[in-house]
Amino acid sequence: MKNKSNLEILQEIQEKKNYIPLDYLDKICKKYKIQKSKIFGVLTFYSQFTTYPRGKYLIRICEGTACHVKGSGKIREMLEKEFGLENGKTTSDMKFTLQVVACLGSCFIAPCMMVNNDYYGNLDVEKAKKIINSLK
Amino acid sequence: MKFKEIENFKDYCERIRNKKRKNIRIKICITGCRAKGALDLYNEFKKREDKEIEVIPTGCHKFCSGAPVVKVKIFSKDYIYQNVGINDIDEIIKNAKKDKPVERILVKDKKFFELQEIKVLKNCGEVNPVDIEDYIYYGGFSSFLNVIENFTPDKVIEEIAKSKLRGRGGAGFPTYKKWEIVKNQVSDEKFVICNGDEGDPGAFMDRTLLEGVPFQIIEGMLICAYTIGANKGFFYIRAEYPIAVLHMSQAIKECYKYGLLGKDILGTGFDFDVEIKKGAGAFVCGEETALIASIEGKRGMPRPRPPFPAEKGLFGKPTCINNVETFANIPIIINEGGENFSKIGTEKSGGTKIFSLAGKVKNTGLVEIPLGTPLWKIIYEIGGGPIEGRKIKGVQTGGPSGGCIPVEYFNTPTDYETLAELGSIMGSGGMIVIDDKVCAVELARYFLDFVQKESCGKCVPCRIGTKRMLEILERITKGNGEIEDIEKLEKLGSYIKETSLCGLGQTAPNPVLTTLKYFKDEYLEHIKDKKCPAGVCVELFEYVIVEGKCTGCTLCKKNCPAGAIEGEVKKAHKIVKEKCIKCGVCFNVCKFNAVERK
Repeated sequence: MKNKSNLEILQEIQEKKNYIPLDYLDKICKKYKIQKSKIFGVLTFYSQFTTYPRGKYLIRICEGTACHVKGSGKIREMLEKEFGLENGKTTSDMKFTLQVVACLGSCFIAPCMMVNNDYYGNLDVEKAKKIINSLK
Repeated sequence: MKFKEIENFKDYCERIRNKKRKNIRIKICITGCRAKGALDLYNEFKKREDKEIEVIPTGCHKFCSGAPVVKVKIFSKDYIYQNVGINDIDEIIKNAKKDKPVERILVKDKKFFELQEIKVLKNCGEVNPVDIEDYIYYGGFSSFLNVIENFTPDKVIEEIAKSKLRGRGGAGFPTYKKWEIVKNQVSDEKFVICNGDEGDPGAFMDRTLLEGVPFQIIEGMLICAYTIGANKGFFYIRAEYPIAVLHMSQAIKECYKYGLLGKDILGTGFDFDVEIKKGAGAFVCGEETALIASIEGKRGMPRPRPPFPAEKGLFGKPTCINNVETFANIPIIINEGGENFSKIGTEKSGGTKIFSLAGKVKNTGLVEIPLGTPLWKIIYEIGGGPIEGRKIKGVQTGGPSGGCIPVEYFNTPTDYETLAELGSIMGSGGMIVIDDKVCAVELARYFLDFVQKESCGKCVPCRIGTKRMLEILERITKGNGEIEDIEKLEKLGSYIKETSLCGLGQTAPNPVLTTLKYFKDEYLEHIKDKKCPAGVCVELFEYVIVEGKCTGCTLCKKNCPAGAIEGEVKKAHKIVKEKCIKCGVCFNVCKFNAVERK
């Protein structure tokens, strides 16, 4: 992690551990003599980072304009109500983490979501429900 | 195989371009269409390769509403198929061998392609994005070779000036000027940055270019670096685009392998290294000074300009930042010559622009057209008009920094100046069509909510001003608006525009101000009559069963979670207002469209 910027260090930790454990971050800061306040500033600025463990499946639901006008709000509502998901939170069985994102760049198949690195498009409440149920 | 001399590389390119390819080439979009199972489709097709058939994974074919889209090239004829399933493979291959298309799945709306002027996207959907040989086969790197052999940096700038190319990121700054400023700086180090932080919700052309033609962007960057005298470049790509990061990193690796990146490129003494930096989910990082801070590994906060990045940018050195699409235009300008390039477009800006068309329109996808094309042509002719039974109300351009343009102004030529006159912006090219089922007030609230979340918090007008605007809009959409709110919004909006530090804040009020200007009636209806004409704002409408349409099937009654529906079998049902929780279940389950929002 030498010669890497704070942002890259955080990205690397998150890629490796799936989240940023604060005690681990402590160790890294000591080892490489990084100011904790500086790295914490970066950590809290970017929405991608999380200091809580993430579930097996990261569900990213798009809230972009096209998805919004085509009813992504309803899908989010369903995810919250039916599966108990909450933006930025992970279910207690460590299966699902919900992240509401600004845009996935898949507006042509709005409304859309991503589960880990897979895209799903032209969703409606029922379709989304089926996808999540199939992962349960 | 690393090429150490230009001549060797040129011979190699010549050999590749003369290579005989198979007669039938099946090209499957594995980028955007991946969401609709294109990867499985590609794998199935790949198994069917034989001495006549070549199967190639490609970038986007532009007609995204027909995903998965497959292009079949028989000799030099193209057939484009939509909604292709694994079951269609046999017929496609059988017919291709007989030099015949499969009529039933051909893209019907021919206008979608015929009315476009495809230049920048020409190779997208044609070449294998990560295969350097394929790119060379279609003429790749010929511009770069031409530049490095025959052009002085001044000559490159002259050509770009003639082309009238303006930055495709949104602001429309003349590209040649930016390059000239950086070139004239005296510094031991200079940088090139490709801004691929396409954060505007509703825009996906940079994603498509990064995923579909990464080599074309690298080539544009190489020409830029050579011109301004930079030896190091960065791609800043948002983290939400995993395929873009993957394809770009593979393309960069290939370029290093061939000696097109690195030290002493093709033996010319020109060094250029590139690196990918991934974003981490912050919209403001699309702003150039914030982006630089992010590459430096800091919080992505913008800073006041001047000094402009062209003078003092990354690590305090002169830096040329251009948008993905701008770089993708460069090889074309060099190939065609600046003057020829500028023949398309308007007097002040040359060339084509790629728009991403989405929202409430029939054909969604990428549209490349000459700058200056009127909006109606994009939306009604290429886009195919409204979704069945709906009426288009306007179009939202430029994302959260742009505005809503109503149908009455659809004659407007799409150009940097004309869109600005209407109170919107060109932005990076996102176009979201809205129809009568979209509430203008709620849309303005949505954008303010977005800006509020994404504001970096550094300057007061943006941090607090947008918050106050959002509160007012929330009030209006909940039926608690007052008539004075309109004036408050207008005032606040103009203050924020004038006093914010960066582009994010300076443009944040645009969605509100334009909807206020063009859809004032809707605001008034929300405030005075407490009604939402589009039936979107939950507090401002009621569900009503239309007696004449209701068949008494009892479906709504069975599904209503609140027991709010009364009625007997085969007789018209009724919703009891007091019990209704407006969940919308009855509206969704009714097969006869008898439930209406009023």
